Amino acid sequence: MSQKLTRGDVTKVALLARLKLSDEELDTFTSQLSQVLQYVDVLNEVDTENIEPMAHAIEVSNVFREDEVQPSLSREAALQNAPLTDGSHYLVPQILENATPES
Amino acid sequence: MSIVGKTTGELLDSMNQGELSSVEIVQAFLDEIGRRDNEVNAFLSVRPEKALEEAKEVDQKISAGEQLGLLAGIPIALKDVLCTEGETTTCGSKMLENFVPPYDAHVVQRLKKSGVISLGKVNMDEFAMGSSTENSAFKTTGNPWNVEHAPGGSSGGSAAAVGANMAPLSIGTDTGGSIRQPASFCGVVGMKPTYGRVSRYGLVAFASSLDQVGPMANDVSGAATLLEAIAGHDHRDSTSINCPVPSYSDSVDKPLEGLKIGVADEHFGEGLGDEVRKSVENSLDVYRSQGAKIVNISLPHSKYAVAAYYLIAPSEASSNLARYDGVHYGYRTENFDNMIDMYAASRGEAFGDEVKRRIMLGTYALSSGYYDAYYLKALKVRRLIRQDFDQAFEKVDVIASPVTASPAFKIGELSDDPLAMYLSDIYTISANLAGLPGISVPVGLSGNDLPIGLQLLGPAFEEDRLFRAARMFEKETDWKTLKVS
Repeated sequence: MSQKLTRGDVTKVALLARLKLSDEELDTFTSQLSQVLQYVDVLNEVDTENIEPMAHAIEVSNVFREDEVQPSLSREAALQNAPLTDGSHYLVPQILENATPES
Repeated sequence: MSIVGKTTGELLDSMNQGELSSVEIVQAFLDEIGRRDNEVNAFLSVRPEKALEEAKEVDQKISAGEQLGLLAGIPIALKDVLCTEGETTTCGSKMLENFVPPYDAHVVQRLKKSGVISLGKVNMDEFAMGSSTENSAFKTTGNPWNVEHAPGGSSGGSAAAVGANMAPLSIGTDTGGSIRQPASFCGVVGMKPTYGRVSRYGLVAFASSLDQVGPMANDVSGAATLLEAIAGHDHRDSTSINCPVPSYSDSVDKPLEGLKIGVADEHFGEGLGDEVRKSVENSLDVYRSQGAKIVNISLPHSKYAVAAYYLIAPSEASSNLARYDGVHYGYRTENFDNMIDMYAASRGEAFGDEVKRRIMLGTYALSSGYYDAYYLKALKVRRLIRQDFDQAFEKVDVIASPVTASPAFKIGELSDDPLAMYLSDIYTISANLAGLPGISVPVGLSGNDLPIGLQLLGPAFEEDRLFRAARMFEKETDWKTLKVS
């Protein structure tokens, strides 16, 4: 199943995973991940024709409850660990170009 | 015997008979932490004042004749992966270095109800990813039997704390062997319960279909009592199962009549060290002498477990760890160009190598064009692994195997070879994929005085059977004298 993993593949995956990696890390991961992917190729030996995938250890279907308001975190508690807030919202870097932040 | 050498049951008895107070017990363990932990480095945080304060409350309740919880006054060490309200929970990661949870995990709530007293939080591989506790962002924990060796992982701090008599009990978590392998390395008892037996609410997620919280202890009965305290249904974890929790502490001393122990060739093949092989075989003789029958079984797909696991677990991890975005909680970089760059730089700076590796592996396995070949294929093999167990448990009551191929490796020995580290979980990983309970119980010592464990696996929700079977060995022997060479 696996072709050889290239440095370009690893760079692309790092972008998808939102991980900024150094050149050195890209090199190391290219070789280490190739090794792991080569190892997992052993799964190709197994005949899985007509076998249902097993996503969960105990197969539970949807668990429902009454749609009632339950206690939840206060705004203050929810914000207490955020790197940057204005006291009532999370603050993020500007996303839209040419937008003027309200003050 | 010194206070810190006592089992949970002995400590509870001493309190019941008025020989020891909880304050004396907690103080003794705090002193032991002071004496041993600069060498072992198991604890990330210790809470001496709060622990003594809570112990005093327990003592007051005892003198007032109040009804107490199952483990009232007994100290415990908590793996730093469980949210503790108002107390830092780092997960061994720079990402959560300053994270103070606004709520308690279900397990922590249950522990408080049982009256157990937290001594502090203990070290672990970052986000529970690893088998040596070397992946912690904060410190390297040593094996209490020989600090040049690893305590195992990822619950290495939990195992080392109990192994060094710094706590009689601890909580670990097990996604691929992270309770059982360190328990084996440090000479303590550790159980991974059936998936769904213990609520994962407030447990920082690694791989949600595999993660399970479990007890570690200096004897089987302590582990049984601790599981009894934390097990049970919780509506906040939709995968927690609503089925009654038996009184493990009541039944643990009852031997199992006519016990049939399955042994699979697949667990005794190439790669198994001689000392572990001998030790496990000796332990089977102990069971034979108590009337147990050893039955050959086959687990033909077990050799594919590591490969399936290292696709499934990283896939789930890559999704779970997407929550660390530098916005809601955790680390945010100081230097970035835009929003996307802020995400990537924060994650790149705050995650360690192993976490990055697994996020990368999982992202790749789930990415367009590879999903069927990797992730879906692994899930199909997972079902075959489970079916092997279902068939085996039609013939036997428990399955006995090594926990690891060799005793504790040296610190640094495998840290540059991820694949070799992954393969150190070869005997434990199947139970997580299949969702089954497993216990590691110490059964001997290697030539250079490192502990060796025996793993017993059981059918779903038969933790009671595993405790009783493990206790049969423990009662009959003194494992520390069973040296193989």
